[in-house]
Amino acid sequence: MSAQSAAPIDVLSAARDLRAGLGEDLHDHLSEALYTDAARLADRAVTRPDGRPRFDLDRTLDRLLTSRVWGFPIMAALFTLVFWFTIAGANVPSSMLANLLLDTVHPALKSGAASLGFPWWLSGVLIDGAYLSMAWVVAVMLPPMAIFFPLFTLLEDFGYLPRVAFNLDRLFSRAGAHGKQSLSMMMGFGCNAAGVVATRVIDSPRERLIAIITNNFAICNGRWPTLIMVATLFIGTAVPAALAGVISALAVVGIAVLGVGLTFVVSWALSRTILKGEASVFSLELPPYRPPRVLQTLYTSVIDRTLIVLWRAVTMSIPAGVVIWTISNITIGDASLAEHLVSGINPFGLLLGLNGVILLAYIVAIPANEIIIPTILMLTVLTAGLSGVGEGAGVMFELDSDNAIREILQAGGWTTLTAVNLMLFSLIHNPCSTTILTIYNETKSVKWTAVAALLPLGLGFLVTLTTATIARALGLV
Amino acid sequence: MTEHTGLSDTSSAPATLADLPVGQAGVVVALDLRGAERRRLLDLGLVPGTVVVAEMRSPLGDPVAYRVRGASVALRRDQARQITIADPEHKAPDHTAPDIEAT
Amino acid sequence: MQENPALPKPDSLSGGCATCPANRHLARLGVNVDNWDYVVALAGNPNTGKSTVFNALTGLRQHTGNWPGKTVARAEGGFQFGDSRFKLVDLPGTYSLLASSVDEEIARDFILFGAPDVTVIVADATRLERNLNLALQILEITDRVVICLNLMDEAQRHHLTVDDRRLARDLGVPVVPTTARRSEGIPALLQAVHDVATGAVQTRPHRLKTTHNPALDDALARLTQQVEAAFPGLPNARWVALRLLDGDAAIEQAVRDGSLGDLSRGERPPAPDERLRVAEVSA
Repeated sequence: MSAQSAAPIDVLSAARDLRAGLGEDLHDHLSEALYTDAARLADRAVTRPDGRPRFDLDRTLDRLLTSRVWGFPIMAALFTLVFWFTIAGANVPSSMLANLLLDTVHPALKSGAASLGFPWWLSGVLIDGAYLSMAWVVAVMLPPMAIFFPLFTLLEDFGYLPRVAFNLDRLFSRAGAHGKQSLSMMMGFGCNAAGVVATRVIDSPRERLIAIITNNFAICNGRWPTLIMVATLFIGTAVPAALAGVISALAVVGIAVLGVGLTFVVSWALSRTILKGEASVFSLELPPYRPPRVLQTLYTSVIDRTLIVLWRAVTMSIPAGVVIWTISNITIGDASLAEHLVSGINPFGLLLGLNGVILLAYIVAIPANEIIIPTILMLTVLTAGLSGVGEGAGVMFELDSDNAIREILQAGGWTTLTAVNLMLFSLIHNPCSTTILTIYNETKSVKWTAVAALLPLGLGFLVTLTTATIARALGLV
Repeated sequence: MTEHTGLSDTSSAPATLADLPVGQAGVVVALDLRGAERRRLLDLGLVPGTVVVAEMRSPLGDPVAYRVRGASVALRRDQARQITIADPEHKAPDHTAPDIEAT
Repeated sequence: MQENPALPKPDSLSGGCATCPANRHLARLGVNVDNWDYVVALAGNPNTGKSTVFNALTGLRQHTGNWPGKTVARAEGGFQFGDSRFKLVDLPGTYSLLASSVDEEIARDFILFGAPDVTVIVADATRLERNLNLALQILEITDRVVICLNLMDEAQRHHLTVDDRRLARDLGVPVVPTTARRSEGIPALLQAVHDVATGAVQTRPHRLKTTHNPALDDALARLTQQVEAAFPGLPNARWVALRLLDGDAAIEQAVRDGSLGDLSRGERPPAPDERLRVAEVSA
């Protein structure tokens, strides 16, 4: 018999002995006992009306959504609809916001500052730098996200998304990943920061990291304008006018598909190399379908996802705007700091089939992909010394006329190769700073955040270098 | 993968969950897994004696969703292959029969 | 005192800390300023509408998706009922407390070592059997439990009737039917939580009588006796014995370093994250 007060160490040794006698079955017996009890209690409490079919609609729906014939077409159709709604629906609000924030408020602020007697540099930094950058990000980012997130969330609330993971899991398991990665990937097409957060649904840390690191290959909303513009201006114009629209569209879609392909390839590579580990336990539960509460979902998804991401982007874009304006207006010697930087980086840029302006733009616009185009235009005008265009040094801008934009860029030395490589680089480069911060928040690891930031960048350099070298070797440039 | 018409064949290898055709039921006999895998499946209710029904297969062939204790759980083939099952004896519906939603 | 890496720090954007001055204060200063009368843990399987219940109790808006396994890293919030202030901690959704995934460790650690005044278990009325598995395990650890039988609207939609009174009698704890997303049943839930916390309602939790395996039952009985002898007054000696038989490293450590002793003496040891903060202050 045990003593009145046994020492803890006795308890531990007693446990060890008893455990040895029991063998490995303890967990089995316990689970069995628990479930037997649970079943008995549930049975006593729950009444099923006799004869009535239960969960019938659910079963039918499931059979349809995962069927060999209809499963994939329905999936493709649904997601095409979501993207189409997002792009088409965001058009008008985006231009309205641009009209308001850029064409109306911006000049008003400038004249207000002038009448208040602000020195040129103060008005420049604050209004042309900080405000303009922020306004741009809001105008470009807000409308598509306000449409994409609620739509995606509705699908999620309804219960459809686990079925998507179920349908696609085989592809991901071949790449050493989890089917749920398809969901964070889809979310990434809206915004990569949100996509990274969405990886929380993946239980295994290893597979979660794979999903986080490859999320950037999903082209977020902020990068679509760059791709569309470049495709229209340089790819579409390289083919007969009748085909221009279709070819440019195909080019953009091609890049997106390339992104998806890269996701699988890089996932596979990661799970064979730095993320090699034991396969984790696969588990995927398919919950019952639930009718979504549409209004509530719209409200919470706006607050939850859209505004939070927007807030982070805004706070990032303000310092970016300050930097952009400043480097363009600080003169060292006979040229601005920006011009010096551009000419310094230019050789490297040309090697990659890009140029110094593009690289500098990507450096200063790390906070947000949305301001890449206006920054490129501004820097091109600045460095190429074009007069009569643009709004001044350090002031980002865009033009309504496609031809005018193309002229500027060509004056900056752009060729078709530049365009193609820019599209590739836009797909394969480091995540924006909001996303990098989010990755750190989710992983709490400097090491993996660095990998997630630098791996796409390194790959991007590699790809553009290869394309440029091949093009030059073939005498295409 | 060969389709078995039922579990009553007399082949030497015991039937596994991977052999269960869609729409059919089987009783879990044993789990040939260890460690975390085993615990997770036990936690989900795949305890020996539980009746499971293969509900649907992914269009790409893997995984398959099984109804276990009132919930729908997807398992990959290499997991299902390590769960041996037997024909459920025909008996009056009880709490473990998944086609009657006890929960 | 080691930092428990399994416990994520409160997410400052979760909303809970943002609206609750005391929490923000607590988290930032690292000082154990206890402004709360009672601590309530919110546990349950994934995908039971637990986040909706959390929001309904704390009045916040957070997104809830129909996706199993989606967990907010850690959400805290607060509410007031009557004269008492309650701090609500949302635990990760888990299927069980037996396996050793990070989520399950977090949940188990909080319920056992954090010793909340009440543990609310959110259960899906349409999948009760699966959900009771976790509930029964939690009932082995603590007897201050309230079952929140959620998704009653779904049960109705699928023509299921759940006799919550009978379930309450069988389980020995209050069972409150709710439809959190319509805020139905929430007042009753608040009342039940209050009653259990203050002791107005005494629970008599259902515990596993036998594992149907004589060898295991025998070993369990003997080890339980030993545990009770080493830690007199420990309320859940049998569960501790069970975990020791299973080779649970965290419980073994707790036996070794005596923190189980805190529980048996009736002191509430600081919640794991509070232990961390106390360590920061004294460092």
